Amino acid sequence: MSDPHAITREIDRSHMTVSDEVAIQITNMNKWYGAFHVLRDINMTVYRGERIVICGPSGSGKSTLIRCINRLEEHQQGQIIVDGIELTSDLKNIDKVRSEVGMVFQHFNLFPHLTILENCTLAPIWVRKIPKKEAEEIAMHFLEKVKIPEQAHKYPGQLSGGQQQRVAIARALCMKPRIMLFDEPTSALDPEMIKEVLDTMIELAEEGMTMLCVTHEMGFAQAVANRVVFMDQGQIVEQNEPKEFFNNPQSDRTKLFLSQILGH
Amino acid sequence: MSDTHAQTELFVRHEMIPPSEPPALETGAIKWLRENLFSGWLNTILTILGLLVVFGLARLFLPWFLHGVWNANSLGECREIIAQTWGPDASGACWAMIRERWNQFMFGFYPRELYWRPVLALLFLLVGLAPVLYSELSSKLVAAGAVIAALIVVLAYNYGVWLPVGMLVTIAAVSAILDARGAKWPRNLLWFSALYPAVAFWLLWGGSVWLPFVAVLGFVLGFIVMRLVSAQLGAILGASAGAVAAVLWWSFGAGPLDEALIGMTGTARPFWLQTVTSDQFGGFVLAFTIGVTGIAASLPLGILLALGRRSDMPLVKVISVGFIEFIRGVPLITLLFVASLLLNYFLPPGTNFDIILRVIIMVTLFAAAYIAEVIRGGLAALPRGQYEAAAALGLDYWKSMRLVILPQALKISIPGIVSTFIGLFKDTTLVVFVGLLDPLKGITDAVRAAIEWKGIYWEPYLFVGSIFFIVCFSMSRYSMYLENKLKREHR
Repeated sequence: MSDPHAITREIDRSHMTVSDEVAIQITNMNKWYGAFHVLRDINMTVYRGERIVICGPSGSGKSTLIRCINRLEEHQQGQIIVDGIELTSDLKNIDKVRSEVGMVFQHFNLFPHLTILENCTLAPIWVRKIPKKEAEEIAMHFLEKVKIPEQAHKYPGQLSGGQQQRVAIARALCMKPRIMLFDEPTSALDPEMIKEVLDTMIELAEEGMTMLCVTHEMGFAQAVANRVVFMDQGQIVEQNEPKEFFNNPQSDRTKLFLSQILGH
Repeated sequence: MSDTHAQTELFVRHEMIPPSEPPALETGAIKWLRENLFSGWLNTILTILGLLVVFGLARLFLPWFLHGVWNANSLGECREIIAQTWGPDASGACWAMIRERWNQFMFGFYPRELYWRPVLALLFLLVGLAPVLYSELSSKLVAAGAVIAALIVVLAYNYGVWLPVGMLVTIAAVSAILDARGAKWPRNLLWFSALYPAVAFWLLWGGSVWLPFVAVLGFVLGFIVMRLVSAQLGAILGASAGAVAAVLWWSFGAGPLDEALIGMTGTARPFWLQTVTSDQFGGFVLAFTIGVTGIAASLPLGILLALGRRSDMPLVKVISVGFIEFIRGVPLITLLFVASLLLNYFLPPGTNFDIILRVIIMVTLFAAAYIAEVIRGGLAALPRGQYEAAAALGLDYWKSMRLVILPQALKISIPGIVSTFIGLFKDTTLVVFVGLLDPLKGITDAVRAAIEWKGIYWEPYLFVGSIFFIVCFSMSRYSMYLENKLKREHR
C-alpha cells in the first residue's frame, strides 16, 4: 500500500478508550436536496471516545452527514440526538448543540478580519460568556498545543494553509467541545502541510476526543480510527474496524473504492 | 536515464543568486514618463496636444481668477476696480460678494447674535465624530482637539456667552474620568457621540434643554427594556418591546415630565436658549443639519433593511424588498413634495410637524434604501463558509451578524456606502423645491436678487460648489483611509 502520508509515528493509545455512553444517535435519518435524496436511511450510534473515519466517493453524502450533526444542514426525516439533545427546528437546542460540537472545515473558514487570538476567543467570550482575559489564556493554551502561539497576533491571511487549519482546530477546541467534526480537513492543503494537520488531529485522538472525520487520509484512518464508515450514494455501505476494513472489505463498492484510492 | 537527450548536461546549482537592484532606466520619474506619456509616436502627440489644451484653458480662466476683487460693496464697484487695475477689457471675478454675503451663505436667516450656536454645534460635531471615525489617538487628532477647544473659547469670548466653555469643560472632565477608568482616548468620547444629536438639536433650535433630555430618556428606557426582555425571550421580542417602551414613553411619559421640568427651571439661563424656528434656517447650516442627520440615521436603517431583505422570514423579507424597491423607484423630489405638501392632508389639522424634520425623514429613507442595496452586495460577497463557521461556533443570528458577517460586509461596502453619503449630502440642495433656503439655489438666488449684486453669475456657484467639493472630497479621502486601515490581506 503506497500512501504518501502513511503515519509512521508511535501512537499513544493509553487514553483512547471507548465508553458505553452514547454521544450521537442517528436513527432512520433521511435528507433531500429538493427532489434529490442525498441521505438515505442513516442509522448510526457514536459512543464517547470513538474515532470514526467516514470515507466514500465524492457526492456520496459524507460531508452532508456530518453537517447534519450540528445542523448546518437540516434533515427531513428521522432523528438525530447529540449529547442527549434532539436536533429540531428549536433554535435554542441548535445553538446548545453547536457550542458542544466543534467543527473544522475543508476551507478553514477563519474570520479574516480578526487576529488569530481573536478568532479563538470570539465564541468563548460571546457564547460561553467567559471573561476576556481567561478566554485569551485558554486560547493561548490551545494555540501552543497546535504549535503556533507565536502567530497569535497575526491575521489569518498571513498564515500558510496548514497553519490556518491548525488555528481552525484550536478555535474549535477553545469552546471545550465534547465532540469534534472534521470535514475533509486536509483536502485543500498543499502536500507538505497535510502532515502537520494530521499530527494535530492524532494528538487530539490520543487525548480521547470523540471524533468524526470525513477524510481520504487512509493512513490516518489506519493509525487512529476505531471504526471506518464507507458511504456511497447517500447510504452507509460498510463499516468495520480499520484493519478488517482495509484488508478484508466485504462489499464490491468498497473494494472498488479502495482499489481506486490505494491502488497506485 | 535512458530517455535523457544526448546533449542534456547535468546541472547542479551550488550557490543561490542574491537579489539585486533593477537597472536605472526602469525606475523613478523617467520610467513613469516613458511608460505613460511618451511610449510611442501617437502617445507623444496626444501628450503634447493635451498640454496645449490645458495651457489654453489656463490662459482663459487664470486671469479671471487672479484679477478677482475682494474689497468692494457691489458688482459695479468690482467692475470699476478691475477696469482701473487691469485695463478696460480685462475680466475678473468679484469675490467681494462672498465676503459681503458670507453670513447669509453660512447661516441663512439665523439670528445674527446667535451665530455662535450653529458654529458650536459644528465644532461639537467634530468632537463627536472623532471616536466614531478614528479608533487610535494620533498627534493629528490631539492637534485637532486643541484647535477645536481654542475655537470654542474664542467663540465664547466673542459672543460673551460662557455656555460653550462650560460644555467643553464638562465633556473633557467626563472623558478624563472615563480615561482614568480604562476607556482610552478617543474611545472615551463615545458617550458624547451618542448624546450629540440631542445637544445639536438644543443648540440649533434652542428652547428648553429638557425636551431633548426627555427624548433621550426614551432611548435609554427602550434600550434597558430591550436588554431585559431579550435576555428572557430572545432578540426579536426584546427589540420590539424596547421600541414599544420608547414609543409609550414619548407619547405619555415625556410630555408631562418635560412640562414639570420646564416649570421648575423656567427660562433660567443654562436651561433655556432663545428659540429659533425652522424657517430661519438656511445656507450651509441647513445643508449640514439635513446631511449629517441623514447620514447618521440612514446607515443603521440601511443595515437593517439589507439584513431584512436576506431574511428567511417571509414578512420581514417582503416589507424590506417592498420598501427598498418603492423608495428607489421614486425620485427624491417626489418624496420631498410628499413630505411638504401631501403629509399635511393626512395629518390632523393644526398639527405642526416641523418641515426640516419631515425633509430629514425623507432624505434618510431615500439614502437607506440605496445603502441597503450596497450592503446586500457586501453580504452576498462573503463566502458561505463565514456564515457556517460562525454558526458552528454556536453564535446566534444577531451575534454572528454583528461580530463576523457585518464587519466584513461593511468593509467591502465602504466605497458604495460613502458614495451614497456623498450623494445624500449633495441632494440636500434639492430642499429648495419645498421652500427651504439651500445654499446653492435658495441663498444664491437671494443674493443675485439684491440690487448691489445683480448680474453676478459664476462666483456664488463656484463658492458654494467648492465648499460642497471640500466636504465630499474629505468623505472620499476618509473612506480610502478606512479601506486601507482595514486591509487584512498579506500585511
